[in-house]
Amino acid sequence: MSVRPTAAILVAPGTNRDRDVALALDLAGADSVVVSISDLERDANVIDAAQMIVIAGGFSFADALGSGHVFALELEMLLGDRLQQAVSKGRPIIGICNGFQTLVRMGLLSNGAGPMALDHNESGLFDCRWVTLQPSSETCVWTKGIHENLECPIAHGEGRFTADAAVVSRLQSSDRVALRYVNGNPNGSVDDIAGICDESGLVLGLMPHPENHVVPRQHPKFLRQSHQGLSLDLFRNGVTHASA
Amino acid sequence: MIPQSSLHFLTLRARAEDPRQKSLVQNVHALGISSVRSIKVADLLFLRDVSTDEFSAIESIVAEPLLQMVGWNEEPHAGVVIETSLIAGVTDPVANEFLRIARKMGVGVTDALSGCRYEIEGNPTPAEIDLIVRKLLANPVIEHWAINEPVQPSFASDSAASVSTVGEYLLTHNTTDAELQALGKERALALDIEELRVVRDHYANEGRPARDVELEMIAQTWSEHCSHKTFRARITTDDGSVVEPLIAQLRRTTDEIDAPFVVSSFVGNAGIVSYEDNITFAVKAETHNHPSAIEPFGGANTGVGGVIRDVIGASHQPIACTNILCFGPSDFPVSELPDGVFHPQQIRAGVVAGIADYGNKIGLPTIAGAVLYDNGYIANPLVYAGCIGIAHEPYVVEQPQPGDRVVVLGGRTGRDGLRGATFSSMTMDATTGDVAGASVQIGDPIVEKLLIDVLGRSRHLYRSITDCGAGGLSSAIGEMAEGVGARVELSGLPLKYPGLAPWEIWLSEAQERMVVAVADTAPLFAACERYGVECIDIGEFTGDERLVVTYEGTTVVDIDTNFLHDGRPQRRLNAVMPKPDRSPMSDEAFSSVFGSLDIAATTLRLLAHPNIASKESIIRRYDHEIGGATLVRPIIGANNDGHADGVVLAEPLSSSGIAVGIGVNPWMGIIDAGRMALAVVDEAMRNVVAVGADPRTVALLDNFSWGDPQRPTTLGELVAAVDGCCQAARAFGAPFVSGKDSLNNEYFGSDNQRHAVPPTLVITAMAHVPVADAVVTPDLKQSGNVLILLGRTLCEFGGSHLAMLNNVAGGVVPSFDAKAPQRYQKLHEAILNGDVESCHDVSEGGIAVAIAEMAMAGRLGVEISVASSLINDWWYFSESCGRFILEVKPESVASIRDQFGDDAQIIGHVVNEQTVSLVNGQSLTIEEMLTSWQGTS
Repeated sequence: MSVRPTAAILVAPGTNRDRDVALALDLAGADSVVVSISDLERDANVIDAAQMIVIAGGFSFADALGSGHVFALELEMLLGDRLQQAVSKGRPIIGICNGFQTLVRMGLLSNGAGPMALDHNESGLFDCRWVTLQPSSETCVWTKGIHENLECPIAHGEGRFTADAAVVSRLQSSDRVALRYVNGNPNGSVDDIAGICDESGLVLGLMPHPENHVVPRQHPKFLRQSHQGLSLDLFRNGVTHASA
Repeated sequence: MIPQSSLHFLTLRARAEDPRQKSLVQNVHALGISSVRSIKVADLLFLRDVSTDEFSAIESIVAEPLLQMVGWNEEPHAGVVIETSLIAGVTDPVANEFLRIARKMGVGVTDALSGCRYEIEGNPTPAEIDLIVRKLLANPVIEHWAINEPVQPSFASDSAASVSTVGEYLLTHNTTDAELQALGKERALALDIEELRVVRDHYANEGRPARDVELEMIAQTWSEHCSHKTFRARITTDDGSVVEPLIAQLRRTTDEIDAPFVVSSFVGNAGIVSYEDNITFAVKAETHNHPSAIEPFGGANTGVGGVIRDVIGASHQPIACTNILCFGPSDFPVSELPDGVFHPQQIRAGVVAGIADYGNKIGLPTIAGAVLYDNGYIANPLVYAGCIGIAHEPYVVEQPQPGDRVVVLGGRTGRDGLRGATFSSMTMDATTGDVAGASVQIGDPIVEKLLIDVLGRSRHLYRSITDCGAGGLSSAIGEMAEGVGARVELSGLPLKYPGLAPWEIWLSEAQERMVVAVADTAPLFAACERYGVECIDIGEFTGDERLVVTYEGTTVVDIDTNFLHDGRPQRRLNAVMPKPDRSPMSDEAFSSVFGSLDIAATTLRLLAHPNIASKESIIRRYDHEIGGATLVRPIIGANNDGHADGVVLAEPLSSSGIAVGIGVNPWMGIIDAGRMALAVVDEAMRNVVAVGADPRTVALLDNFSWGDPQRPTTLGELVAAVDGCCQAARAFGAPFVSGKDSLNNEYFGSDNQRHAVPPTLVITAMAHVPVADAVVTPDLKQSGNVLILLGRTLCEFGGSHLAMLNNVAGGVVPSFDAKAPQRYQKLHEAILNGDVESCHDVSEGGIAVAIAEMAMAGRLGVEISVASSLINDWWYFSESCGRFILEVKPESVASIRDQFGDDAQIIGHVVNEQTVSLVNGQSLTIEEMLTSWQGTS
């Protein structure tokens, strides 16, 4: 039996889906440790010990000054280029919801593509609903080999992926659009983009919460025999890659 | 003086259309103002002591360049310009976070303050501008504003220091009632003359003047909000009999039911129950009505924060939130609103945003609720907030011991919320919104999230704990010191800004603070440091049974804790009991009152009624998915747009869970408060049983929002309702474990009319779901299945929606069905047995609405097939208690009939065709039903 990799779950004040993602990682075969801002202030090296890095969802720093923005500034000050180093060592990184917003603000996903941002939903409202996601990248280590659609909830007010046409086209042509909304785009994201990866394919950022669909019973239609799209495979992929 | 040149402000604008702009214009038009074409919104950030060479560093902190543009000291563009800024001391997370990160990044700035600029295009008249500002753009409780001139920012650090000397009032046996009443008014004590006399006599006997802080503290402790005088009062009814105090009736009922799962009831912050070894649940619901009336966002926001702290204060980890909201009708004419009252739509928008903001940010699923509309809530909306928590260790309650330290942790103390407890116990008038400003605040859910992180799983770090709610430290430490005594020094407490007087510190209702008694502070302080939670040791529990508070060594309070807690004289109140007409309605009487009904058209009108219509637009503003444990969601069905009866929480890997259901019906309460109470307990029971909970495991919460108990008829309704609660609890064997009353929900408008809320009893039921995989939802599952009605349908229309639709007042309120408890138990067994495909309780709108809701949620049709000789028009719309509609497979029908006998009646079957066919040949398509039910709002 292979050794379970360890994931560092980075949290800030206001991060709130750390427990949810810890369960997903556990079921996918990884252990996790929660690493807070104050842990990093004490010793930023703790991050180097992890085989995978997760930035969990929530409202870091209350989303004051823009979603994920202060968390990104803090991580830049505390980590320097440690996340880039992790990528160069082949370690998978995932940022979910507020974690995606944070990764975008840090510029970890824009390399080779250009500026991008997550704007207010087209409706102007926070929205909690289930969505269907089509995995669409073989470059992304998290989505490659997944051919069935995933189903999981969104819960965000600022998830509208925004970039100009040239940036989107570069993302498309380099196989970096990892997840697309199908059967309805909940927030007005350009090209129905729900998640993208970086040039290496190791870093995935996505707005929806696959960590909330890791057992079949969590699907809202589990009583209607029409439930599918278990999202655990996404985490299994990450764990497999981290174990390699 | 700070040179003006160092004060700068930046404007932050969205490059695309700001989402606020569209809704603002819609709201302006809804006010009846058509002269406004557009409103541009920019956020403002006022900064003090910054130099121009730091502008670009600041821009990188505040703006996302792809989405936003920054301007510095920018003149308004054109049109009518309104600028707002927060009043000094109001929680300002943007400014606070900016200051924190800017300093960390080495940017020099001393103060920051947020505001907003609105540029209105169009030709509004000055009166229209004034209306727009007051109704939509600014709330005087938390903001100031300027029209066509720059708003002047006021920084908290500049606010004047309060007088910090201790005031003294000499009270002797010769102090007259008039003098006492004058004192009560001067200090807004909200105490009646009997209570003031007891205070006078206490100080006369002590032989020293009363200190002002002591008087404030007594007023808080003895307020209706904190001491529940009415529920403890000696009440004499109009037939001369004396009723047992209401709280004693509820407690005795619980004691006599003696349910094995009750761990703690009516003590401390929340009710505690346990269904499995080593797991306990805490459950609590609170109201935040008055604050939500004058500042809807902040009032609801801090209501949620407060009830979550109740659960933290019961040493449980919060896992979910609930809310029940009562508003005035959304289409109420603006011109008819009483003075000083926000429009119901604006109150609703603010309340929903406030609940969403707190729950979503703190990371708790908001799972269950109800939204009700009635003219009675226009001036006095009701906001009930509930919270459920879990603990995985034995529940232990300990009192502070002499020598324990008094530790305060969490948020900083400011002038926020002063006198909240006395304020909430007073009747509101047209000026309340202006004078009560300090009573309302905006919460900081992130600070409370950190409190959960530190305390939620650290029971071993402290001996006892209380949250700071109404009355602040005064109430929290006062409660903990009861029978022990404590000595605390206030000058070391971290403050939001300087200049607070000792009484302000002691009574501040600043949010997100907890008080703990700790033998050894070191481990707790270490945990707080890791999570970034501020904490401070302010004194110790002494053992001398006196509470002594000092400020810089000067005594500001020295009071006997026994007098504080037990000195209040029992209230004596008179009640005139309601004498409702309970004679059943005949078929003929029904026909003469309601005429001949068009069943299909009436069903559509009921579906469109605001109380029955879809609440999806509100539910989706709340994260109900976080935690991954919301097994039966508030929103369900084939297209995820139907509504569940109750909700079920079950950890993803757990084989069992808990269900939560709500019962409320103020319209029945107006007519027959006693039957109403039985009916709403029954409704809450149905809602949990329908989703798969075991009816033998139900714990109940009672939350009463009532009018002035000094009015004998109002009190009589309360007495009748409590009696109904106790009867229902006994019938079901379902004990009350906690409750709260909010009285004086009345309003005097400038029209001199007295406005009171309808008697609004909210019952929350929580119960065990033994088999998570066996839960049931109301959406129809499969054509060919059979629909079965359980229970009896009677011609009872008092408080029904059919009566409301037809403006019929009065009538007989549905009676309690004595067979209901047995029926629910059998239903539970049938659900566990797998005989039930879907299940819906029959409530508002009756059978017609229940079937329509099941059909819409499942996107399947129904052919109703009851012999027309067996039913009358009223059969479709009666809101009789105790009923369910089940969908069962054909092969299960025999088993259901065996179990229920005559109590079960086949009423139709499920069809693929998207139509509900009635017995009279009429039919309704799913599409037209959805159009009515989902409407536009």
